[in-house]
Amino acid sequence: MSPILEIRDLKKSYDGGFEALKGVNLSIEEGEIIALLGPNGAGKTTLISAICGIIMPTSGSVTVGGHDIATDFRATRTMIGLVPQEVSLEPFERVISTVRFSRGLFGKRADDALIESILKRLSLWDKRNSQIKELSGGMKRRVLIAKALAHEPRVLFLDEPTAGVDVELRKDMWDIVADLKADGVTIILTTHYIEEAEAIADRIGVIAKGEILLVEDKNALMQRMGKKELEVQLSAPLDVLPDRLKSDAVRLGTDGSSLIYTYDTRAERTGITKLLSDVAAEGLVLRDVVTRQSSLEDIFVTLVKEDAA
Amino acid sequence: MNWTAIKSIYVFEMTRFFRTFLQSLISPVLSTSLYFVVFGAAIGSRINEVEGVSYAAFIVPGLIMLSVMTQGISNGSFGIYFPKFIGTIYELLSAPVNFLEIVLGYVGAAATKAMFIGTIILITAFFFVDITILHPGAMVLFLVLTCVSFSLFGFIIGIWAKNFEQLQLVPLLIVTPLVFLGGSFYSITMLPPVWQAISMFNPVVYLISGFRWAFFGIADVPIATSLLAIAGFTGLCLLVIGWIFRTGWRIRE
Repeated sequence: MSPILEIRDLKKSYDGGFEALKGVNLSIEEGEIIALLGPNGAGKTTLISAICGIIMPTSGSVTVGGHDIATDFRATRTMIGLVPQEVSLEPFERVISTVRFSRGLFGKRADDALIESILKRLSLWDKRNSQIKELSGGMKRRVLIAKALAHEPRVLFLDEPTAGVDVELRKDMWDIVADLKADGVTIILTTHYIEEAEAIADRIGVIAKGEILLVEDKNALMQRMGKKELEVQLSAPLDVLPDRLKSDAVRLGTDGSSLIYTYDTRAERTGITKLLSDVAAEGLVLRDVVTRQSSLEDIFVTLVKEDAA
Repeated sequence: MNWTAIKSIYVFEMTRFFRTFLQSLISPVLSTSLYFVVFGAAIGSRINEVEGVSYAAFIVPGLIMLSVMTQGISNGSFGIYFPKFIGTIYELLSAPVNFLEIVLGYVGAAATKAMFIGTIILITAFFFVDITILHPGAMVLFLVLTCVSFSLFGFIIGIWAKNFEQLQLVPLLIVTPLVFLGGSFYSITMLPPVWQAISMFNPVVYLISGFRWAFFGIADVPIATSLLAIAGFTGLCLLVIGWIFRTGWRIRE
């Protein structure tokens, strides 16, 4: 199956020589959710803007559904929906008018039933006749999503959609994204909240300084780069690690009241049984045992640090 | 051609106009009435007829042109500048529309608003002076062409402007003086020969002259020259807008 979005050697330079994108290559399959992670100024928004037609790329090519964004812009833009990072809305417009406008702008005939279903899905139906300026920040973000969905896009770009919204609304957004995925919409998400990518993405792309550092299946990435830790909490603190327990994988906790063991979950033997028997042989009394998985955030920080080095 | 998009932009812009309908209406009606009171009644009563037309009636075409030109520029520039200013331009740039469709939507709405104001001023004029329109078809043609061309010009200013001050700069420093010196309140033939020659470099002279001809059958320049001037101005604005969208100047980085 050919990818729905294909980016080949995409570059964007500005006057003065700054290279915002340095030859980005990326293929996205239909129906997947890909999260682009990257620090501020990494090129995430520039990449999205170039694909959507908001900025002109310096070189390279992008196809959406097999259509080139430059030579067949009508076909590609009809397929794309964009939720921008900034909350950009006309303050005096009414919610329903601005959503209807978006549908018309994309060349689709009026469809009040569809607009009603989108507004209800986003909990905006009760606010349909409110002016934008009367809405809360979270509601405005929902209006942006409603506008982007009004023309029934097959590919949806969400540029930091949950920036500055409360936890409850963020979880609601995740549910909305899950619903869209169920409808077959391909979603490209940029976010600063790594837990967001961890929660909803199928694949993770890491971008820094205008280059894609990595694109990988989320679970495979976490398994490949994620480490697991076992913390053995002791009843009495230790001053030094006993000789029997000394190894590269074991260290003493900060106040000596725990042993921290790092292991690989994919290994045939994790070494946990031996560790616990060594602990018993040393006569150490256990208070509790805790395991921890490295988060995507740890992986992301590691990758970006490695790139900077 | 994406007609649905054109209609959407047009309706969206007209909704904005009708949202502020009273302000849009009161201001031109009030200022026109003041012009009639000051120039028509107070000063006009001391001026003899101009080329066989009473002075109060003579200034009607000029007053309509004055409002239509400033309204066209103001509506055309604000229509595109406001989305740039608040950031909603992203939607326009990412939509499946070309430059012609964007221009038809925005400039069509701006020209309609200017036409509306021009018509209101004409109706207001009937309350103050007794006028008959000799060539109504030509009058409508000049009115439409002027509304469209100055809305196009306003659209260019809206794209060029980086702030609200710049948005006001061209209308205030260039257009208003050109309109006032373009024969709105006098006939060019009333000027000394040197100023008559200088006035011929003012494009507004051709528009007001043609428009006045449609009312009274009198003109400072031949009617064909007036039509040519306005067609040339419209064509020039379209060329500039075409270049803007091709290069993305000040709208698409």
